[in-house]
Amino acid sequence: MNNPLIVSVGPHVYAKVSTKRIMWAVNLALIPAGAAGVFIFGVYSLYVIAASVLSAVVIEWAILAIRKKEIAVLDGSAILTGLLLAYNLPPGVPLWLPVSGSFFAIAIGKQVFGGLGHNIFNPALTGRAFLMVSWPVYMTTWQNPRWKVDAITTATPLALLKHNQLDLLKGTTYMDLFLGNRGGCIGEVCVVALLIGAAYLFWKKYISWHIPLTYIAVVAFLSWAFNGLSGPFTGEALFFVLSGGLVLGALFMATDYVTSPLSNKGKIIFGISCGALTFVIRKFSGYPEGVSYAILIMNAFVPIIDKFTHPKWFGWRKA
Amino acid sequence: MNISYKFYGGVHPSPHKNLTSDGAIKRVFVPKRVVLPLSQHTGSPAESIVKTGDSVKAFFEIAKATGFVSSPVHASISGKVTKISDSPTPTSNRALSIFIESQGDEDQDFKVRQRRDPNGLSAEELISIIKDAGIVGLGGAAFPTHVKLSPPKNKSIDTVILNGAECEPYLTCDQRLMIENPKEIFKGLEIILKILNAKDAYIAIEDNKQSAIYTIEKALPKNVKLAVLRTKYPQGAEKQIIRSVLNRAVPAGGLPMDVGCVVQNVQTAYAIYEAVYSGKPLIERAITLTGSCLKEPVNIRVRIGTALKDLVDFIGGFKKEPKKIIMGGPMMGLAQYTMDVPVVKGTSGVLFLSEEEIPRTRESVCIRCGKCIEVCPMQLVPTTLMYRVKKEFFSEAQALGIAGCFECGACAYECPAKIPLLDYMKYGKARI
Repeated sequence: MNNPLIVSVGPHVYAKVSTKRIMWAVNLALIPAGAAGVFIFGVYSLYVIAASVLSAVVIEWAILAIRKKEIAVLDGSAILTGLLLAYNLPPGVPLWLPVSGSFFAIAIGKQVFGGLGHNIFNPALTGRAFLMVSWPVYMTTWQNPRWKVDAITTATPLALLKHNQLDLLKGTTYMDLFLGNRGGCIGEVCVVALLIGAAYLFWKKYISWHIPLTYIAVVAFLSWAFNGLSGPFTGEALFFVLSGGLVLGALFMATDYVTSPLSNKGKIIFGISCGALTFVIRKFSGYPEGVSYAILIMNAFVPIIDKFTHPKWFGWRKA
Repeated sequence: MNISYKFYGGVHPSPHKNLTSDGAIKRVFVPKRVVLPLSQHTGSPAESIVKTGDSVKAFFEIAKATGFVSSPVHASISGKVTKISDSPTPTSNRALSIFIESQGDEDQDFKVRQRRDPNGLSAEELISIIKDAGIVGLGGAAFPTHVKLSPPKNKSIDTVILNGAECEPYLTCDQRLMIENPKEIFKGLEIILKILNAKDAYIAIEDNKQSAIYTIEKALPKNVKLAVLRTKYPQGAEKQIIRSVLNRAVPAGGLPMDVGCVVQNVQTAYAIYEAVYSGKPLIERAITLTGSCLKEPVNIRVRIGTALKDLVDFIGGFKKEPKKIIMGGPMMGLAQYTMDVPVVKGTSGVLFLSEEEIPRTRESVCIRCGKCIEVCPMQLVPTTLMYRVKKEFFSEAQALGIAGCFECGACAYECPAKIPLLDYMKYGKARI
């Protein structure tokens, strides 16, 4: 025995899963939605995505270097933030916009709190909120899919509803909403692509049903119950589910590990609350869409949800 | 009978059992020298009744139990006591140990000392036979068996579960014993049932051990039920196997007897059979020697006290040099720093693992994925406990149930950030 033996506490074997692997899997799962967005809105959307991702990576790298931390930019988390931010932008924004958004998302949303694992708010949504308040006009200038005649300006279906311009929605079918044949953010429009990506994450067990299902179900129920044009319980639930950023938010952003509760019970409470807040913002606020703010607000409640949903251990009895 | 109950959590490490599962247990290898620690069991250490220079005969007691929760030690070979001194043990502590060296001409074989029929013996007599034979739990914890078989009067035991789950990867000695000696195991179980006056008995096996299930089913007595369990680590842990077989929850901080249950490992039942039917004390046991570094991984019946280096020489040596030597399974086993440590009563196997088998990992930050909560069989929240322990908030950790952790390592196994959660749990438990 020439080489010394390694001595350590068990376990001596580990599962293959790693943080990096999970992050890259989520990035992979987001590719279909991004590809669909580029197909729908044209190649400029790709530049927006690239600007967002690249700047996120560079900013993460720079801040880690300044903080003298291990440069772990390839763990995939900065890329994920960049991707999600871009997916939440209108397709025609000037390229400095995603760069500013990424800066805010990474620097203020993530690194200020201590970096990966320590941030309270979803970084991508923090970046988006920053852009919304700073450059609201760019953030609400929408495009139609590139095959429509008036391809330059339009509004999202929810905005049309908010401003009582429902006649402009005539001819838009549920199939259009499902496939992404509508105005909206780059990554949110193609619901089917989002579902394909999410199916992969469900299959890998990287995300669970608790948040997405409760979130979407509550929005659907409340919209059906209280957001109908002809009285209670006449709302078109499917329209409210498909026409905003709900599917993207519920599947990919509310499920962010770092900013969602730990326990399954906590996740269900989180999902229900996100759903209720989304509905309230959509119905009663000046904004047509409420997914981002609903998730951000609920992010702040995660520590307290964790505290009160701490699971009881096996064999626990009231003392 | 397939069991539909489920214990919470658990993980699925790759089994690596086919390295040894098909070969019969090799018969006794009698080493030239043995090292017998006086503390191979949970409880107070035994006390030597021999001194340096004495000649001792195999199978005779050389150290007596000190008190009720204690167990005697028997000479595992005949020879001369060369020294009694501190020596490394598998738990990484040094303990007072008796060194015996064979002089070459002694008789090392076991002759049946006393043929006894358990039917003619009372429960008390059976318990004292088990105690005097130095039998402890052979699943790994090495808790003195006679203590487990003497529950307080106010606890009535209705069910005995024989634990043949063997959920640790790599290990196959229990599986082989069930294939080769099912009748003897059941005779041991009969004795346990008689002592406890229990009416129900189960033998529980994970469903990846089909050949053991087959032989056990064929030998199954009328009063014993076979419980086929899902293959999931830590299925063989006491509280988890009770949950799986009987759907009973042992209260936190409680013992199986609180739910009318006693769990015994199949090897323990076999040792009880040997002690009662032929008067053989616990001086040997079946263990698994495996891992990619061995030329020939085997199951082998070895004398307690055999040093690892002698064992490895006997079975043909290394194919490549091991990077890590583990006493027990890869999940809960203890890494060794020397090949001088002996096999003790609680040793179920020794793994000789190469660099590739023990991927070394680097700790990164918790991303709150919640995997540790999903896999913890005690339904604890390892990540929350980890932060408490890190900050030395031990009373908070205690309030969050850290004492319930039985150190199965499922959390650390599954953690994507590779945080050594088990290290934190152990440290926290030591400080509360």
